[in-house]
Amino acid sequence: MSVPAEREPATPAPVPALEVRGLVKHYPGVKALDGVDLVVRQHEVLGLAGENGAGKSTLLKALVGLVTPDAGEIYVRGEAVKLRSVVDAANHGIGMVFQEQSLVPNLTAAENILLGGEGAAVRRGVYRWDVMRRLAQEQLDKIGSNIDPLARTDTLSFADRQMVEIAKVLRIEQRSQHPPVIILDEPTSVLESKEIDTLFAQIRRLREFASVVFVSHRLDEVLDVCDRVTVLRGGRSVGEVATAGAVPRELHRMMIGSTGSDDHYHENAAAAVAAEQPRLSVRGLSGRSFRDIDLDVAAGEIVAIVGVHGSGREDVCRALFGIEPTTAGEIRMDGKRISLPNTRAACAAGIGYVPAERKTEGMVGPMSVAENMTLTKQKARCAGPFVAPRKQAGLVDRWIERLSIRTPGRDTPIQRLSGGNQQKVVLARWLIGGDIRLLLLDHPTRGLDVGARSEVYRLMRELAAGGVATVLLADSLEEAIGLADRILVMNDGRVAAEVACPNGGKPSPLDLVKEMV
Amino acid sequence: MFAALSPQFRSIENVQNIVDAAAVLAVVTCGITFVLMMGSIDLSAAGVMGASALTVSLLVANNRNDNDFGLAGVAVAVLLGCVFGCLSGLALVLLKVPSFMATLGVSAIGLGVATLMFAGVQPNISDAMLKGWAIERLLGLSYLTWIAAACVLAGWLVQRYTRLGRYAFAIGGAEEVLTLSGVRVKPYKVAVFTLAGAFYGLGGVMVTSQLGAGLVQAGNGYDFSAITAAVVGGTLLTGGRGGILHSAVGVVLVMVLTNGLVQVGVSPYWQGGVEGLIVVAAVAVAVIPQRRRNQVVK
Repeated sequence: MSVPAEREPATPAPVPALEVRGLVKHYPGVKALDGVDLVVRQHEVLGLAGENGAGKSTLLKALVGLVTPDAGEIYVRGEAVKLRSVVDAANHGIGMVFQEQSLVPNLTAAENILLGGEGAAVRRGVYRWDVMRRLAQEQLDKIGSNIDPLARTDTLSFADRQMVEIAKVLRIEQRSQHPPVIILDEPTSVLESKEIDTLFAQIRRLREFASVVFVSHRLDEVLDVCDRVTVLRGGRSVGEVATAGAVPRELHRMMIGSTGSDDHYHENAAAAVAAEQPRLSVRGLSGRSFRDIDLDVAAGEIVAIVGVHGSGREDVCRALFGIEPTTAGEIRMDGKRISLPNTRAACAAGIGYVPAERKTEGMVGPMSVAENMTLTKQKARCAGPFVAPRKQAGLVDRWIERLSIRTPGRDTPIQRLSGGNQQKVVLARWLIGGDIRLLLLDHPTRGLDVGARSEVYRLMRELAAGGVATVLLADSLEEAIGLADRILVMNDGRVAAEVACPNGGKPSPLDLVKEMV
Repeated sequence: MFAALSPQFRSIENVQNIVDAAAVLAVVTCGITFVLMMGSIDLSAAGVMGASALTVSLLVANNRNDNDFGLAGVAVAVLLGCVFGCLSGLALVLLKVPSFMATLGVSAIGLGVATLMFAGVQPNISDAMLKGWAIERLLGLSYLTWIAAACVLAGWLVQRYTRLGRYAFAIGGAEEVLTLSGVRVKPYKVAVFTLAGAFYGLGGVMVTSQLGAGLVQAGNGYDFSAITAAVVGGTLLTGGRGGILHSAVGVVLVMVLTNGLVQVGVSPYWQGGVEGLIVVAAVAVAVIPQRRRNQVVK
């Protein structure tokens, strides 16, 4: 393969270990990557920072061959490459430790480390455990870990499993003669602080013979362990910071950029908040990943819960819909104490939930708009035990018009609609019964384009004006600030702060970040 | 418990009975265990055993034709089992037919083939070696029992020391991880089903040895009993846990139970139902720790 002579002149700067130029990736309705540039130098730890939806995960997937970019180039040590699979990437010396751990739990650590490339440890399909143990031990020694190679993986602690993953990824050294590039995607999100220290020590060791790309939501960590940080926003690289002397605030400002849009969130349409007793009142709610949550939401009020990945806010939201079990605390609706052992109880209490994963949890793809809309409130479309076709048609058409859902008809499969219109159908599901009192919106605008977002915002305002109380887990901090009347900041399973967020007196994202990390 | 209820249960002969009766089930369970470990299910045992029973009875000395191939006939029957297993595996990985449906279909094909070969006249075998397997004893146990023991040992070695066995285990644990690590999973799946087919083929031969004749129904009930035994032994239907030794214990437990029920005078008509009850109860018990664990998983 002859690359046109675009060789570097004899500059003292060495060729970057990995370089990305103008990478573009479209998904239906979203531009995940919009011309990203990235340079990973040899023997450096590069941080990658960006809000949700900035394109980090798509970029990482492209680097290990899980996503094929629509345009743009990836260069490994100056040479343009096409990465078609994980194996392909490994052959070029690129390996990734996935966010959700990718180890086989019922195999030994040694087997996991050598998986797919056992080499001398398996001869003619027969295992030689002593060789396997030795080869795995060599990998573990590289990162200075003292895990027993023959321990079953599911008996190891989370941090140890992380070490096994790193040892496994380091095996790619054998596939290419050059120093490898190791990508760590959110490796610290579930680690204790002591384990994090160990991991960071390992990362610094890695630098001696590899390049590392480090991704984390926790900016202080990024600044701590990285040499340099590249910031992504909206699928582009918006800046680069040398970490020496930098502070989290600075990084965060680059991540969120300036929000110039006027009244994107329909702030002037904010509903008057009922002052008397709250619609939803939660006291001391505790569960698996959250403790002592107090939360009040009045009729017409939008309360946003913000927090980093792992703060427990998703679980609080799910607990309020009876999905996540709780161990203590009480929940009152309009002053009346209720218990939410399951989702049925929540529906009966007038609570609606729009899940974050619309395609898998929010809707039944191949079923029609009408079926999806009437999924929960069956009574609204039925006469006795039977579906009343004309009643259903009238009801569904009324809501299609009311929410201006663009669909060829009520019988169109919902998967043929655009994301924004799908989301409106999902929302309508809770509205058709006319008994909705509290809406739980988990990332309601995830994956939607700007226009569709705006419509969902407008709909939220209308519902609030109609007296519905809303709990919102927003996609970004600006969204939370723009929409909410009040913001709860969660950190490590607890409410760290409560910030009033009235129209005209909005806090800045930095005020919130302070409490989040 | 059974020992207290029935003096016969305690006798040496009865212990021999239990162990001998367990032989065929043990071999079939070995095969099914590999498939279950992988997280698939195999319902083809009955059909494959029927086909192999007819094949072997028509290839060794018998009253229907002049064949007298002896051990070679046994080998052909086992190979036929491999072919059926391979078919199941190919249907699973190439046609994406879920394993329960693919193997159910293969079972029907096996029964069909067996019926064709049966052709209305039962082949009685006169091969002294094959008949002797069920009758002659070594150290108090029949040859069939020793064959079963050898199968369990071989199965254990495969499971512990071969890539096939370890990958079958790994596929049940986290198949996507294997794919992400660059392992081609499909050939291993086909190989596991093929291996299982070999065990069923041998099982069919063993039943023929016991009955002295090739019957279409040779494998009747073994498919379900084998799954029962594997599950009772601690192999999870979701794959990734258990193994051959677990299953061997399961086989003994199931046989003791069936035998015990007979000895204390429970009508054999009840046994099918009791076995069904056991398998459902065993699965329910097996998932209890999992349910709990899901709630504390972090």
